[in-house]
Amino acid sequence: MSQHQSPRGLTRRELLKSGVAAGAAFVVGSGFVLHSREAWAMETKALAPATMATLIQMARDIYPHDRVPDQYYAIAVKGYDTSEAAPAIEAGVAALDAAAQGMGHASYLATPWERDRVDILRSMEGGPFFQTIRGGLVTGLYNNKEVWPIFGYEGESYSEGGYINRGFDDISWL
Amino acid sequence: MAAPFDLNDDSVVVIIGTGAGGGVLANELAQKGVSVVALEAGGRYLPEDYINDEWESFGQLAWLDPRTTSGDWRVAKDFSGLPAWIVKAVGGTTVHWAGASIRFQEHEWKAKTTYGDVAGANLLDWPIDAAEMAPWYEKAETKLGVTRTGGRAGLPGSNNYKVFEAGARALGYKEVHTGRMAINSADYDDRMACQQTGFCFQGCKWGAKWSAAYTDIPRGEATGNLEVRERAHVARILHDASGKVTGVEYFDKDGTLQMQKARIVCVAGNSFESPRLLLNSASSMFPDGLANSSGQVGRNYMRHTTGSVYAVFDKPVRMWRGTTMAGIVQDEARHDPSRGFVGGYELETLSLGLPFMAAFLDPGAWGREFTSALDGYENMAGMWIVGEDMPQETNRVTLNHEVKDQYGLPVVDVHFDDHPNDVAMRNHAYRQGVAIYEAVGATRTFPTPPYPSTHNLGTNRMSENPRDGVVNKWGQAHDIANLFVSDGSQFTTGAAENPTLTIVALAIRQADHIAREMGKGAL
Ligand SMILES: Cc1cc2nc3c(=O)[nH]c(=O)nc-3n(C[C@H](O)[C@H](O)[C@H](O)COP(=O)(O)OP(=O)(O)OC[C@H]3O[C@@H](n4cnc5c(N)ncnc54)[C@H](O)[C@@H]3O)c2cc1C
Ligand code: SF4
Repeated sequence: MSQHQSPRGLTRRELLKSGVAAGAAFVVGSGFVLHSREAWAMETKALAPATMATLIQMARDIYPHDRVPDQYYAIAVKGYDTSEAAPAIEAGVAALDAAAQGMGHASYLATPWERDRVDILRSMEGGPFFQTIRGGLVTGLYNNKEVWPIFGYEGESYSEGGYINRGFDDISWL
Repeated sequence: MAAPFDLNDDSVVVIIGTGAGGGVLANELAQKGVSVVALEAGGRYLPEDYINDEWESFGQLAWLDPRTTSGDWRVAKDFSGLPAWIVKAVGGTTVHWAGASIRFQEHEWKAKTTYGDVAGANLLDWPIDAAEMAPWYEKAETKLGVTRTGGRAGLPGSNNYKVFEAGARALGYKEVHTGRMAINSADYDDRMACQQTGFCFQGCKWGAKWSAAYTDIPRGEATGNLEVRERAHVARILHDASGKVTGVEYFDKDGTLQMQKARIVCVAGNSFESPRLLLNSASSMFPDGLANSSGQVGRNYMRHTTGSVYAVFDKPVRMWRGTTMAGIVQDEARHDPSRGFVGGYELETLSLGLPFMAAFLDPGAWGREFTSALDGYENMAGMWIVGEDMPQETNRVTLNHEVKDQYGLPVVDVHFDDHPNDVAMRNHAYRQGVAIYEAVGATRTFPTPPYPSTHNLGTNRMSENPRDGVVNKWGQAHDIANLFVSDGSQFTTGAAENPTLTIVALAIRQADHIAREMGKGAL
């Protein structure tokens, strides 16, 4: 995924112009998803860009952390952008949009309130599509070392000599 | 004759598995001059190889061959292909373990006598008792360098421990301390003191925690009497027409089937693989599997009544800093049926890193109720419940002929239903755990369901009467004199305590017995 840089050498302005707004934060164009707020773009190969944008939103709605940018949800689901995975994902997202339409929305991404999107997800949570995406996120999101500092988790500590002199017993509020 | 030994050498003792039971037995026998071939399904990893990363380490060390599950336990739903969290490597699960090393209480050797008849439970007294085990426990504590025994100092208290201790004291608990741990509080036995790195479950990179992988195994090998063959997966134990075992068949590291002859065979593959081997070794003479005239092979599977309690506070705890298990409350370990259950439980601090916390806090959960808990990760404290569960005949390990492993051998199905006593105990422990944290200001608490089993016991149990179990008080099969069980599967009952100190004490005692009987020509 080409983070922080525009695909195909286009400027951000050119990309923005060529795409269509999808949901609150995404702009989708041919072969790319652009995040207007976080200023990154990713190319898609096998998945339709709107499908990828929906998947990123779905990932956030499953495990919403307000301090975690969309970028990390995108990284967690980008592995589905392969020709092997794409058919099932396209079908799953189509079902998600159909469920959204059944509840009176234009699409999943165009459903403005998280509460309503969660209702849509609940209607699908027993199915294999939802469970595949959710299960993959448990490692795809939380096993990303770049996410750990947001939660305060410090990770590997051997190379720093452990915590014996770095606060294993520094609690002060008890 | 010195190691390496010939496949046709029928004077050797073959040990299957090199964990807490097998690894210690191998070294103890080697020290006494007995020739030993230890066959280990996993590879060899040493402190320099261990990885301070939960999932990467899991991929390196865990037993991931297929298994199946059934029964009403939540593990069967959450982790249907992973009933146990155990290691496949030289040193076995002592690479992963946290190091809590506590003796059984006296009455726990006599569960049936103490608790009486409990409906649905297949309780039995051990054929040994606390007095008999005391000297072996002392040897085990010396070997493992257990803190707070033998004049060894306790470990210092970490943040996670301090929160736990303050809450426990506020509730009036008295037996609260940083545990009796097989983790060095000072340099001991050529191993350095704990550096509080906090990845005890991933293998201690400092060697401060005892593990057979870098203590007993290399020391046994140094005698010239022990040969460890790694990546050697035993498929079957062989016997002759007289019913004595004669050797084992195993797949070597290239997947080639080999046969190693033996004078004695000791099974120590942990409580799933040990009964699986006995069952997979069925023959026309022993159609129900080896050592199974009682029908008890694979039955009475115990996993301790477990669960965790995590709590979020309004200020940081940073529980991951320091030893994974950092302290204990022992007041509830007593037998006191007025609480609504027999037996007792220990509360022990525990911490998980963010990746494992996401996987284990509430498997399958999603949405803000779940994620807001993880948002409080830095302010979280945690503890683990470990209590005595009831042996039930129907909780059992059987062969699943529908599913085969990479060698074409039937895998095990692990069936487990909670006994009402287990449920009552877990609920009591959840309440007490929550109360401990609320006493020091927790804003939110999480009674967390059991993880895949780390303590696996009872599937080849010890009994006085051959009718009631698989092995006698030496771990020797009732049916076959030169076949031994040397791991946690020989436990008659589970007691409230973490099992490894007892597995090690039994292995030291068994080595003594085997060497003596060999010397007398009785084996
Ligand atoms: C995360 C974690 C934390 C723990 N913490 C504690 C603790 O604090 N205190 C405590 O007392 N206990 C603890 N335990 C439990 C402890 O590790 C086990 O009880 C103990 O290691 C079991 O010993 P064992 O000899 O029965 O089996 P293991 O140590 O599991 O050894 C069995 C070995 O046999 C090998 N094997 C199996 N089948 C075959 C075969 N067919 N052929 C060849 N080799 C085979 C396996 O690969 C393995 O190496 C913990 C466990 C885990 C997972
Ligand atoms: S906390 Fe101590 S025992 Fe645990 S891995 Fe680190 S040094 Fe080893």
